[in-house]
Amino acid sequence: MIAQRLLTAIPTLLAIIILSFILMRIAPGGPFDGERPLAPEVRASLEAAYGLDKSLPEQVWMYLSRLAQGDFGPSMVYRDFTVSGLIAEALPVSLLIGGCALVLAAMLGISAGLWAALRAGKWQDEVLMLGATLLTALPTFVTGPLLALIFGLWLGWLPVSGQNDGINWLILPVVALALPVTGAVAKLARAGLAGELGSDHIRAARARGIAPLTILRRHALRPALVPVASYLGPAAAALLTGAVVIETVFGLPGLGRYFVQGALNRDYPLVLGVVTLYAALIILFNLFADLIYGWLDPRMREG
Amino acid sequence: MKAALIIVAVIALAALFGPLLLPYDPISIDWNSVRVGLFTDGHMLGTDDLGRDRLARLLVGTRVTLSVALAAAMVALVIGVAWGAIAGWVGGRTDELMMRIVDGLYALPFMFVVILLMVVFGRSILLVFLGIGFVEWLTMARVVRGQVIALKQRPFVLAAEAAGSPARATLIRHILPNVAGVAIAYLMLTVPHVVMIESFLSFLGLGVQEPMTSLGILVNEGAEEMDMNPAALLLPGGVLIALIACLTIAGERFRDRLADAAK
Repeated sequence: MIAQRLLTAIPTLLAIIILSFILMRIAPGGPFDGERPLAPEVRASLEAAYGLDKSLPEQVWMYLSRLAQGDFGPSMVYRDFTVSGLIAEALPVSLLIGGCALVLAAMLGISAGLWAALRAGKWQDEVLMLGATLLTALPTFVTGPLLALIFGLWLGWLPVSGQNDGINWLILPVVALALPVTGAVAKLARAGLAGELGSDHIRAARARGIAPLTILRRHALRPALVPVASYLGPAAAALLTGAVVIETVFGLPGLGRYFVQGALNRDYPLVLGVVTLYAALIILFNLFADLIYGWLDPRMREG
Repeated sequence: MKAALIIVAVIALAALFGPLLLPYDPISIDWNSVRVGLFTDGHMLGTDDLGRDRLARLLVGTRVTLSVALAAAMVALVIGVAWGAIAGWVGGRTDELMMRIVDGLYALPFMFVVILLMVVFGRSILLVFLGIGFVEWLTMARVVRGQVIALKQRPFVLAAEAAGSPARATLIRHILPNVAGVAIAYLMLTVPHVVMIESFLSFLGLGVQEPMTSLGILVNEGAEEMDMNPAALLLPGGVLIALIACLTIAGERFRDRLADAAK
């Protein structure tokens, strides 16, 4: 099953790369349209150097064959830098923020969701679920500046932007990024456990007089988390897109900023590199979610 | 759900009619009253760095955000319902292929595709909502397909077929009206999602362009001057969050009710 998923992932990735490639190329404007127009000879030699004078299919082929060797090509705007170099610098920052946010959202969201399910129908449940819905409605580009305003400017507890040697610069970006995902995870965890607690095998376990905590731990918890696992792929996508804003708001040198800058500057190889990487990450996360499924619910291991 | 809908209605009505009641328009620059505070010179929310009335800008920005969201949600509705209905109705290989395409598109980092689309095709407002609509129809297609497949087995549809009703007529007269409820529930959930995406794009400077404004642009402007004037961030941010939250709550309740009614 994993092998099959990997096989379908490759054409998906290829389609994404080719689609983005074509989209970028049919866009008006190019990487060498600066304030001053270049002399035609200079322009022609620049375009020849980057292979822009070839036909579109040839360019796609060239790009893909280089990509197969792990080479994302040179950046067209940040001269003297390769896209691989830029990514190598930016990816750790993005992964650190995204990873911390994912862990925080999973821990908070799952605990809140499970607790709400155990109190299903009571006021704690209502409050928590309303809170979760409100959290999912918080756009990172509002919470980011808002948190910076409150904790950075007014209270002065945390840095407003940039990195420093400590770890406290991470707190605000990670929290802003994690909030909407936390809400979504809480809702899914609650739905999962509430559904599971009403199922026959749990009622049977209860009838046999097994302690409620043991039932929860041994029988209900794993299948209850299946909906959360299925959200891993979309969550990764949400964190990556959220990171674009968060990195802009907090002035952090991550991938998201390169993506937006690259798109605006028509830095084709940079944008393609970042899109490829993002697509690969999301596909990887979906694959990972499938593995977790199998572990959580053995019925899903086959098929 | 009622409270949520009332809040949405109030915001929508204010955005629709509010600007007509104000003596200021959102784009006229007034160098004589730059950055005046709240409740001064008849500017209830003050003015921005170009002397434009903040209340007028907030109302018009909300209007733009809401119209883009509605238009994009309609695009998603049309594509999603058509795609899902055809896949579910025809079934077999066609269904398999069409749903594989949906699965594949789901795996796309589609926010980046929208950003690419915006960069590629310039930033006209028409393309903003077309672009968003084109990536937002996937869930709708899945839901509608499931509904159509369930409906195909229902006695009244089988009876219509047995009575010799042509496929087109069955689809339009018997299937689609029964899909409407679910489609509306997901339409209600698509709107807040699109509001979020539109503001996100505008925030990055890739969506609606000056002199037009939207909630995302206002949040972006507000974030730049939040140290001096927190209201500039809090107000558009608050309206945005209220809209998204209330629309989501209303949509989810509506969907849950439909699901309960189906049981």
